[in-house]
Amino acid sequence: MIVSNTETLPGHTITEFYGVVTGSTVRAKHIGRDFMAGLKNMVGGELKGYTELLQEAREEALSRMKAQAESMGANAVVNVRFSTSSISQGAAELFAYGTAVRVI
Amino acid sequence: MSQLIPLIAFAVFLVVGYISGSITERRHFASLREREADTRDMVVITFPTPPSDWTLHDPTLVCGSVVISLDYFKRFLAGLKTLVGGRITPYEPLLDRARREALMRMKQTARARGYATVINVRLETSCLSRASSEKSVAGVEVLAFGTAVNRGS
Repeated sequence: MIVSNTETLPGHTITEFYGVVTGSTVRAKHIGRDFMAGLKNMVGGELKGYTELLQEAREEALSRMKAQAESMGANAVVNVRFSTSSISQGAAELFAYGTAVRVI
Repeated sequence: MSQLIPLIAFAVFLVVGYISGSITERRHFASLREREADTRDMVVITFPTPPSDWTLHDPTLVCGSVVISLDYFKRFLAGLKTLVGGRITPYEPLLDRARREALMRMKQTARARGYATVINVRLETSCLSRASSEKSVAGVEVLAFGTAVNRGS
């Protein structure tokens, strides 16, 4: 499965379009991470716990998107975008979407 | 005397925040400069169609992200500055650091996979709020992503 955020795939030709595929996950941070982040909020610097949390969540969203594309019979997803929205206090949705295509 | 305790704690927070915040910031900028010099040979462009004489193959999505927070002193200063408006200077280096770090991580991911070119790079910024209180901002998240490609015949 090739994933790219460009409209065309360099070195490949798109032969078929399958439409939009999406993948999303809603995550909340747990109390331990929030406590550490509270400390870091005082001294400044990277909030590693949150960075990891969001990275994992984004990978999850991407893999769900890829699974959906695969189930359609696509072998690539092009023009992938990300978006983040907060659902409630302390929880956020990470969302990835793109166009499933068949390339040769 | 007991009324003074919150005031003293506040002063200690400010001083600790100021000292550790400036040290972290200085170190981060130094490390960014060093790593940026190290990856200067990589081609990172923001448009999707590179010059037509390039032959590209093996495209793949690469990401880099970071969450950075302000220190207590700067957050307090930013709070004061929003009262009078104008430039909120404490936030400017924070966003600069976050963007450069995210780009850096994207480049490092690409390099670790053996790529030297990243096309169609996009940056996205979002604000994280703390679960405990709606008002206080926990930090900013910057995500950099693009398509890593191999150049050559």
